[in-house]
Amino acid sequence: MDRPKVKKWQEPASIDAYPLGATCDSDHLVSINAGWRTFKPVIDHDKCVMCLRCFLVCPDGVIDKSGPQLEIDYDYCKGCGVCAHECKLKCITMVKEEK
Amino acid sequence: MTQKWNAKTLTNKELFYGHKACGGCGESLAVRLAMKVLGEKAFAALPAGCMSAVSFIYPNMAFTTNAIITPFASTGAVASGMAAGLKALGIEDTYVVGFAGDGGTADIGIQALSGAIDRNDNIVYICNDNEAYMNTGIQKSGLTPYGSKTTTTPAGQNLPGSITMKKNMFEIVAAHDIAYAATASVGYLEDFMNKVQKAKETKGTSYIHVFAPCPTGWGHETHITIDLAKQAVDCGLWYLAEYENGAFKLNRNPKEFASVEDYLKVQSRFKHLTSQDVALIIDERDKKWAKMRRDWTE
Ligand SMILES: Cc1ncc(C[n+]2csc(CCOP(=O)(O)OP(=O)(O)O)c2C)c(N)n1
Ligand code: SF4
Ligand code: SF4
Ligand code: SF4
Ligand SMILES: [Mg+2]
Repeated sequence: MDRPKVKKWQEPASIDAYPLGATCDSDHLVSINAGWRTFKPVIDHDKCVMCLRCFLVCPDGVIDKSGPQLEIDYDYCKGCGVCAHECKLKCITMVKEEK
Repeated sequence: MTQKWNAKTLTNKELFYGHKACGGCGESLAVRLAMKVLGEKAFAALPAGCMSAVSFIYPNMAFTTNAIITPFASTGAVASGMAAGLKALGIEDTYVVGFAGDGGTADIGIQALSGAIDRNDNIVYICNDNEAYMNTGIQKSGLTPYGSKTTTTPAGQNLPGSITMKKNMFEIVAAHDIAYAATASVGYLEDFMNKVQKAKETKGTSYIHVFAPCPTGWGHETHITIDLAKQAVDCGLWYLAEYENGAFKLNRNPKEFASVEDYLKVQSRFKHLTSQDVALIIDERDKKWAKMRRDWTE
C-alpha cells in the first residue's frame, strides 16, 4: 500500500524549539482518523472486478489500487459509505465496528 | 493530445491525504482529484474555509505539496503573487491553483478574483460550491439557493429559508472574457477532471466552479454525496458548461429532467419547503434553461 503514514511527533519542549514563522512541513500527519468510523467498508475481492469506481469516489483517497487487489487504509477511512453506495456490483459491505 | 482522466489513468499517489473533513465531504473529493490532475508541481492557495481548516492543523498537514492559507478575501491575489514569484525565481513547469469556497469566491473574494482575471495571471481558480459558509456553521452566501435553510436564513412562518437565487458566478467570470471557465459537479468526476486538465493547459487565468455537497450543512446522509451531486445536474438545478474562445457551451442538455422533489427531499435544509416553494424553484430552473438553450451551443 502506498499511502502517507502517520509520523511520530514530539511536542517541542519550549517555544524556542518551534520553527520560525507560521510554516509546517507538507505531507506531515500526526494523527489518524480511524476513530471517526462507526461502520467500516469491507471489499468482497471475489466479486470485485477492479472497475476502480470506489478508488475514484473516496473523498479520503484511502483505497489503494497499486496491488493485484484493492487495499483500504483503515487508518484514514472515515466510514462514510460513499464507496459501498457507488459500487455497482455491491461488493463493498459496511460492517459495524466492534469496540 | 490532451490527457483524458478516469480512475484507470489517474495516479494512485495521494497529494491531499489525512485531512479532517467530515466523512463524505464533497469539497474534499474535488480537492483530492484536482490535485491528482495538477500533479506534484502544483502550488495551492486556500483562503479561510473548510478546505484550509481541515488540512492545515499545525503540525498536521494534509497537502503533500506546497500550500498556503490566504486571507479570506485574497485567494486570487495570493495566487497571482505565487505565480509571479515562481516566474521571478525561474521555477518552470509549475501550476498555481486557488481553492476557495462559494463564500470565498462569490462574496468576499470576488474582487481579488476579478483582478486576477483582468491581469490574465497564469492561475487555476477552483470554486468549491457547497452553497453556504460551512466552516463557520452554515451561513447564507451569494451562492445559497432559494429555500435553503441556513443559520442566517432560518425557515419559519415568515421566510422559506433563503429568499434569493444563486448568484450567476460562472457567467460573471465569463463576462471578463476569461481564457477558460467551466462548471462541474462531483457527481460527474471524469468531466470535472478533464476540465481541470484543460485549465492546467490554459495560458492565463482559468476558473472551474465545482458543485460539491456537504452532508453536515445540507443534512443528508454521508454515503449519497456523489449521487446527490449527480442528481442536482440531472434535475437541472445545476448545469455543466464551458466558456472558451468567447463562447458558451452546454456540455449536458438532458431531454427530460429528473425529479427536483427527489433531490430536495433527502436534504434537511429543504425539509420545510411547501409545494409552492418547489414550484417556484422549478419555474426559475426552466427560465434559466430556456435562456441557456437559446443562447449557448451544445
Ligand atoms: C476576513 C474574514 N472574515 C470572516 C472569516 C470567518 N470565516 C472563516 S471560514 C468562513 C466560511 C467560509 O465559507 P466558504 O468560503 O463558503 O467555504 P466553506 O467553508 O463552505 O468551504 C468564514 C466566514 C475569516 N476567516 N476572515
Ligand atoms: S467499485 Fe466495486 S467492483 Fe469496482 S473496484 Fe470498487 S469494489 Fe471493485
Ligand atoms: S467508507 Fe468513505 S472513507 Fe472509507 S473507503 Fe469508503 S469512501 Fe473512503
Ligand atoms: S462542513 Fe461540509 S464542506 Fe466542511 S468539511 Fe464538513 S462536509 Fe466538508
Ligand atoms: Mg461554502
